[in-house]
Amino acid sequence: MCLAIPGQIVSMVEGTAHGALVEVVGVRRRVDVSLVEPDGIAPGDWVLIHVGFAMSKIRADEAIDQLRMLSVLGEEEAAKQEARGYFDEESP
Amino acid sequence: MKFTDEFRQPELIARTADEIRRAADPARHYRLMEVCGGHTHAIYRFGLKDLLPPNIELIHGPGCPVCVLPMGRIDDGLTMAAENDLIFAAFGDMMRVPGTHGSPLEHKARGADIRTVYSPADALKLARANPERQVMFFAIGFETTAPSTALTLMRARAEGIRNFSVFCNHVTIIPAIRAILDSPDMRIDAFIGPGHVSTVIGCRPYEWIARNEGKPIVVSGFEPLDVLQAVVMILRQLQGGEARVENQYRRVVPWEGNRAALQAMAQVFTLRSYFEWRGMGFISQSALALNDAYAEWDAEKRFEVPGIRVTDPKAAQCGEVLKGVLKPAQCKLFGKECTPENPVGSLMVSSEGACAAYYQYEHRKEELISIPA
Repeated sequence: MCLAIPGQIVSMVEGTAHGALVEVVGVRRRVDVSLVEPDGIAPGDWVLIHVGFAMSKIRADEAIDQLRMLSVLGEEEAAKQEARGYFDEESP
Repeated sequence: MKFTDEFRQPELIARTADEIRRAADPARHYRLMEVCGGHTHAIYRFGLKDLLPPNIELIHGPGCPVCVLPMGRIDDGLTMAAENDLIFAAFGDMMRVPGTHGSPLEHKARGADIRTVYSPADALKLARANPERQVMFFAIGFETTAPSTALTLMRARAEGIRNFSVFCNHVTIIPAIRAILDSPDMRIDAFIGPGHVSTVIGCRPYEWIARNEGKPIVVSGFEPLDVLQAVVMILRQLQGGEARVENQYRRVVPWEGNRAALQAMAQVFTLRSYFEWRGMGFISQSALALNDAYAEWDAEKRFEVPGIRVTDPKAAQCGEVLKGVLKPAQCKLFGKECTPENPVGSLMVSSEGACAAYYQYEHRKEELISIPA
């Protein structure tokens, strides 16, 4: 639970507060980016995600290291499951 | 050296391990506590202990949210859900944690409406999707997770969603560290500070540990190299007779923390005057509750809390392991009555729990070694 999942911002979701479409370990999900908005974020940026909320902005190379570490820690499957688990905005 | 091929920068790792050996005084025994369960998991997984000289001992700290939750709170949550016909929503980590009458998963098998969510925001979506039902989110976690609960509650309030409530079990890391330092059976030389908690709270809240207690603390990332570098930074401080807060995880942790996250927490939560921690007893001002502005969404105000208190099984020594007094394998139940498949104590449930991590990596290694050739 303490490990964070890196994701790349695909687009900002218009018409919703603080929402962004983020690609997380191969799935696209809506993630709340209000906690990193003050740092300035844009599509292409990488963020560390914890329980559906982006917690900090990171560099692309760090994101790749983090993904690699999740896989070595055996947490990659859990991360995928978590990312898949975030509800789509459309779904209930 | 174990797992060398999996290390990202093997040469750098080897160099850092050498540096540790040079910086450590062979006449001295060092006890370093890694506060965060994520570090505990990484330390076992990467076999980092094998890279340290024998006089550097790593003590596992209380930073595993599932592990520190007393069983009575799980019982309370499940009882409140059953008595009020609530949808009980919680993170997957919670689902296998034993309550007196079974884990949430076992309650679900018996017909309780229990849902796994991956985000507090998803618990709120459950409430939107089920307007005729009441949804209670069982919130756990340190300061890493608390801001997400806060933002979710702010949204519930803004949207006027009234069939949603939070059973708040968020805890804060600083009072736990203080309790460990105050504990008479504990002797810690320095701390490896939590990584992701610090993205929220920053490094300042640790300053008293250095200033008043004279202990170095180095906030660290989770990669093998991060942890080893943190150990070097600690040893250098100890060598020079210094005690400072240092930030090894600068690429993620800003010194001042995340202001937006802290503001969200301040808007929604208030400090409890005390809270019970598993194995550590009552610690003052160590947990969060919803403040009066959020009373309508506070499960503890909306529903009757049974206030169940359960003494941990005598034989299980979760408390001693949690405080770092005992190593996982020194507990009488470890690997016998208590295994990841059939956990008695919560430290055996979460992958960040010291017992589960030790069982998964170290214990198996010993089993392999003990097989006669």
